[in-house]
Amino acid sequence: MPAEHPTTVTSGEVGRGQPQPEGPRPLTLAIAALGGQGGGVLAGWVVSVAERGGYLAQYTSVPGVAQRTGATIYYLEMFPEDEARQAGTEPVLALMPTSGDVDIVIASELMEAGRSMLRGIVTKERTTLISSTHRVYAISEKSAMGDGLAPGEAILARARRDARQLIAFDMQALAEDKGCVISAVLFGALAGSGALGLPREAFEDTIRASGKAVDANLAGFAAGYDAARAGRADTTTPEQVTQPQAADPWQARSAEGERLFARVRAELPEAVHETAREGVRRTVDYQDPAYADLYLDRLKPVLAVDDAERDWGLTRETARYLALWMTYEDTIRVADLKTRASRFERFRREVRAKPDQIVHVTEFMHPRVEEICDTLPAPVGRMILGSRALRGFLGLFTRKGRHVSTNKLGGFVLLHTLAGFRRIRRLSLRYKVEHEKMQAWLERIAETAGRDYALAVEIACCQRLIKGYGDTHARGTQNYETLMANLELVASQDDPAARLRELRDAALADEHGEQLQSALAALRH
Amino acid sequence: MAERSFAKEVELLRKGADEEIRCEGILAVTKALLQSGVAYVGGYQGAPISHLMDVFADAEPLLNSLGVHFEASASEAAAAAMLAASVNYPLRGAVAWKSTVGTNVASDALANVASGGVTGGALVIVGEDYGEGSSIMQERTHAFAMKSQMWLLDPRPTLPCIVDMVEQGFRLSEASNTPVMLELRVRACHVYGRFTARDNVRPKYRLQDAMEKPNRDTSRIVLPPANFLHEHEKIDKRWPAAVEFIEREQLNEFLGADDGDVGIIVQGGLYNTLIRGLQGLGLADSFGRCRLPIYVLNVTYPLIDSEVHRFCAGKRAVLIVEEGQPEYIEFSLNTILRRADLQTAISGKDVFPKAGEYTGDVMRRSARAFLERWAPELLDADRARDTGAGQGAKPVVVPASTGNGDARANGAGNGVDAGPELSEVVPQRPAGFCTGCPERPVFTAMKLLEREIGKFHVSCDIGCHLFSILPPFNIGNTTMGYGLGASGSSAFNTEGANQRTISVMGDGGFWHNGLTSGIGNAVFNQSDNVVVIVDNGYSAATGGQDILSSRAANDVRSTRHDIGDAVRGVGVKWVKRVTTYDLKAMKGALKDAMTTDRKGPKVVIAESECMLNKQRRLKPLVQTALKEGKRVVRERFGIDEDTCTGDHSCIRLSGCPSLSVKPNPDPLRDDPVASIDNSCVGCGLCGEVAHAAVLCPSFYRASIVYNPSGWDRFQQRIRDGVIGYLQRRADARRARHAC
Repeated sequence: MPAEHPTTVTSGEVGRGQPQPEGPRPLTLAIAALGGQGGGVLAGWVVSVAERGGYLAQYTSVPGVAQRTGATIYYLEMFPEDEARQAGTEPVLALMPTSGDVDIVIASELMEAGRSMLRGIVTKERTTLISSTHRVYAISEKSAMGDGLAPGEAILARARRDARQLIAFDMQALAEDKGCVISAVLFGALAGSGALGLPREAFEDTIRASGKAVDANLAGFAAGYDAARAGRADTTTPEQVTQPQAADPWQARSAEGERLFARVRAELPEAVHETAREGVRRTVDYQDPAYADLYLDRLKPVLAVDDAERDWGLTRETARYLALWMTYEDTIRVADLKTRASRFERFRREVRAKPDQIVHVTEFMHPRVEEICDTLPAPVGRMILGSRALRGFLGLFTRKGRHVSTNKLGGFVLLHTLAGFRRIRRLSLRYKVEHEKMQAWLERIAETAGRDYALAVEIACCQRLIKGYGDTHARGTQNYETLMANLELVASQDDPAARLRELRDAALADEHGEQLQSALAALRH
Repeated sequence: MAERSFAKEVELLRKGADEEIRCEGILAVTKALLQSGVAYVGGYQGAPISHLMDVFADAEPLLNSLGVHFEASASEAAAAAMLAASVNYPLRGAVAWKSTVGTNVASDALANVASGGVTGGALVIVGEDYGEGSSIMQERTHAFAMKSQMWLLDPRPTLPCIVDMVEQGFRLSEASNTPVMLELRVRACHVYGRFTARDNVRPKYRLQDAMEKPNRDTSRIVLPPANFLHEHEKIDKRWPAAVEFIEREQLNEFLGADDGDVGIIVQGGLYNTLIRGLQGLGLADSFGRCRLPIYVLNVTYPLIDSEVHRFCAGKRAVLIVEEGQPEYIEFSLNTILRRADLQTAISGKDVFPKAGEYTGDVMRRSARAFLERWAPELLDADRARDTGAGQGAKPVVVPASTGNGDARANGAGNGVDAGPELSEVVPQRPAGFCTGCPERPVFTAMKLLEREIGKFHVSCDIGCHLFSILPPFNIGNTTMGYGLGASGSSAFNTEGANQRTISVMGDGGFWHNGLTSGIGNAVFNQSDNVVVIVDNGYSAATGGQDILSSRAANDVRSTRHDIGDAVRGVGVKWVKRVTTYDLKAMKGALKDAMTTDRKGPKVVIAESECMLNKQRRLKPLVQTALKEGKRVVRERFGIDEDTCTGDHSCIRLSGCPSLSVKPNPDPLRDDPVASIDNSCVGCGLCGEVAHAAVLCPSFYRASIVYNPSGWDRFQQRIRDGVIGYLQRRADARRARHAC
């Protein structure tokens, strides 16, 4: 047995004597992060800088499953070593944040700042909130069939109201720019906030002592420091920042373009101009100027039943969805977009290839008999689809998905040739089918507008359901058809426009159409 | 090799007397074991105790030099049974696991060792996975201590106290011939702090001494008549010996005010949070000095009657702070006071929540409720903490000022008032599969298969694969415990059913017990169902520890034992091995298994290396190759934003963290488009999904060539020439009528 020695369970004078509630208290700091984001590294740095600055530091975390992409929290308490020495005893430090008791909250993502406010650990009296404004979307936001994104600006508005001091900007973008981890930028922002009361050098020495990617992390640190010193507290999230528009969006790049833009301005009310301009841009890009003319012609009957009192809302929505419908995604369109020089530049940029680096690109295509027939002239396409033998024969070649190397000669020429089918697109089966449906839709809009303007607008918006490729497209089209087939039922209800909107939302709520079916069933009762 | 390397930290374990060590709780426990002269250590990984196992694995050379045997046990039961070495011999041994799940598994051996008793100190270190961050059912280890009469230590969560209690635990175990449990909550396991080291101690009595000169004592074996004697021995001898030791060594602490007519009894592990709660009421300070007397139970089982008498005598009321339920300590306190005819009122779960973690806010609120009833004069001091302090530059030294403390003290600060609307905005963030995880395609395949053959019942297991029950997959009906995926569906074994069930089991669970409880059971009982064994080469969920079937080289363990061989060895005739990333093959194998005419259990071994571990293994190799100027091709995926229509089917079939969304750049469209970020590791699943589910042509794979060869460059020049010409021509055509 080892030598016995006196026990020291009661270390020093912990917990003895009269309390002095107004005495020194620890500085408290919580890091709200996502598993895998490196919150542990940041916590380690803060401990290290605090120790350099004469604090006794304690830190803890709750890893476990949250390490796998979940939300997690790291918590630190720092106590001035001098004070402990004077008192002759160690402080009792807590292992989790308590509301109203947290001096600094660092959120490495915007919604995590929101979560820490929900926890009640951000308070006006005490808390410096340092948050990156970038988003890492949660699975519920990503997997929605339409737009499921949470409104980030709501978090920032609350943070401005609830925190004593707010430092908020896109730290992920800075980190990417400097080639460092986001922790370095957050650490810089912490230093810049002055909340630890320690000099910049102490922070930088900590990064140097870590010995990993020191230069990049120091650069990220400096960027975060400067932004925090400047008191940067963005009120918008990065994705709200609108794309820089061309100097003058009405400045067409060709004579044909000018002619079409002039048509937009001459024939349509101002409220519709922007949408129609983009519609023209899109239809020309998709096919040719004549197609854009057709687009503008088709808006006329709708415009005729619309009026200024309603700010031309019906025409505007129709202009939007008609443009999207007319530029339906067929094989020709995909081949066209995939082979453009601008696309080559974009994928190189996205994968961060250096200017002279070789990047091969492989497409994952799965053309089925339907897509092939769609592209063929209508009679031929119909014949094949109608013949079991021909279908089966073609099917032999389409069982497997195809890998196409677009930046190799064979792959490029194949897709380039396919893109050239644009010239005979108007003859294709798909063109016939889509344009028949479009025509019916436009007539229905125009016809409904006289009776129920709001319902007509909702009918226009139903085009939103038709999107995607293959099964996705088939499902969307089916949902659209279901809604159109039930328009009479909808019209017989109170506030038909609201009912149709609900049905559309239900169609976008799940993949199997269960919500749509139950919503329809509810209407029938 | 494990996910986290402690190679640097284990050097701290070499420190000697009076040297300061700064480290996390688990490492301090490890050091304390070495300071205690432990002869053998075992255990099974699992949060929050995984790091202890990882530290030991990384400290193997030091352990060898000290004559300590470390074993990564096959299961908690195996670890607990290891304590048998301390029954006949004065060998100190320690085992560790995640509790209560691990304690459940270990119970058979634990009950046996507790019945016969021990000669050498036997310590069970349990990571109490309770409260925030926990992944298991919320239960208390306390019940196990009571039922088998093992002593339960629950030290204050500060490193010096934890270290002392480890050392004292061994002495207590020896003094009372009883195994002792040391309970550490999640945060205590990971708490970083400092303590003063003592020298490491080589075990005086060695394992080989026992092997060479064995002795036995039949009265230690749990078999009649000794088993009846053990029960009496526990009560008549071991319990009084433990009480005497605990009292003499003052393992429990009397802190705070010297006297008062109300007091608090607290589990040691909750002491720090309690003090923070009392600080909020202006009753304590940062040094734990308090206006109330506090009796700290560093030993929560057994209770020491005489200490309870001493503390409660003369007090009107005592508050017991006891986390979890049932409130065993509160029950016992009442019994102790009743028997002693003491009239002190015991307050506990009447003011505290009956269930859930006791946070600082809970402490503040419940202590206030207790004092309002029993000692309102303490609250009347108007010193309830005002959170409005800290306006100065250095919040540290700003005194807690007076003010409107009520609302604050109840945790109803600004942050809480407008909660509901925020809670609607902030999305839930469930855990999920990592970027490029090889287990994801297993469930993608199941979703696709469901479209073909209809719905089927899925019995899940414990491990990363259990994330299948969360969005976006939402696959799985039940999970009955580690390795029990297959036995979880064993009832569904009936003639005439037109659909089979699928059970999922990880390789970790398979070797833990699934081979016998799941596969052997299915063979013996002639099950006709399907078992998917996810073979990723590691015990991945617990931190990437090696297991029997790991394929990586391991100098100190025997690995590379094939799961297929084991399955066939117990009599499975239908076994298919498939690479998970090959989605078509994966789905095909599942379909075959679900539809084949062959009777008997069907086992699909879904194989691909855990991506976290693979990246950790490959990254240094790639870096070296790059530096040496070798040709390296890095693959990652991307999405063309102009062909993506924002339906997100791809995300619902994958859920990869690197597959996300971004605002639609198209001015006419609202729905966000899918997007792949630079964290993509190029596993290829999204491309496979696009193919298999006929989704959309937006995905592309980019192969980025580093250090290209001359041939690469030559080919590229030709391609650039031709493709560039065609692209320029197309651009010129578009420019003629561009808008």
